[in-house]
Amino acid sequence: MHFDKEFDASGLACPMPIVKTKKSLADMSSGQVLRVIATDPGSVCDMQAFAEQTGHTLLSSGTENSKYVFLLKKA
Amino acid sequence: MAAKKMAIIATKGALDMAYPPLILASTAAALGWEVQVFFTFYGLQLLRKDLSGIAISPIGNPAMPMPVPMPVMVAALPGMEAMATSMMKAKMKKKGVASLEELRSVCQESDVKFIACQMTVDLFDFTKSDFIDGIEYGGAATFMKFAGESDVCLFI
Repeated sequence: MHFDKEFDASGLACPMPIVKTKKSLADMSSGQVLRVIATDPGSVCDMQAFAEQTGHTLLSSGTENSKYVFLLKKA
Repeated sequence: MAAKKMAIIATKGALDMAYPPLILASTAAALGWEVQVFFTFYGLQLLRKDLSGIAISPIGNPAMPMPVPMPVMVAALPGMEAMATSMMKAKMKKKGVASLEELRSVCQESDVKFIACQMTVDLFDFTKSDFIDGIEYGGAATFMKFAGESDVCLFI
């Protein structure tokens, strides 16, 4: 699926995947899609909670090559 | 919708206890929360320019995993605290856990307000030059003002 920017959080532990996802979204425009890759299993729940609390839309959450991959649409 | 607010009192200066306030503050800020952390007693260590003295002790810490079972008498030997600290820091680095310095910078970049407890700053003879820039100095009343409006208030 199309995305405008990618942030690879592989190897990072809580809370950095979320903290840096927030930073990555900062210079994006509303409606653009950020792809986040993570290896922290906690990021599955965290990314959902992040989206719910910030208003960004979590378009998808899955795994690819044993990594977690998320698509976030900026609010 | 008004931003949620979190108020934290950070009272501990050991490595393991230094993490929770900084992790929660940086995360809440990333979620758009307004956050203030009031550092008092040993928590003031987290505001020092140099964080390299922050350590973890195996003494009186039966839950700390050790590579080999270690009697208290051995854990009390000179150098054991430094060893435990360097082992813990190495493990954290390997597992991708951010450093205290990094978490603290993230907090400051995302407008988390740090307040140093003036009473304990004076008690321990600290001076402002011991601490990082961009922090405020105040007392319990300063904290209570914000804590009274907060959605989450933690004592760590």
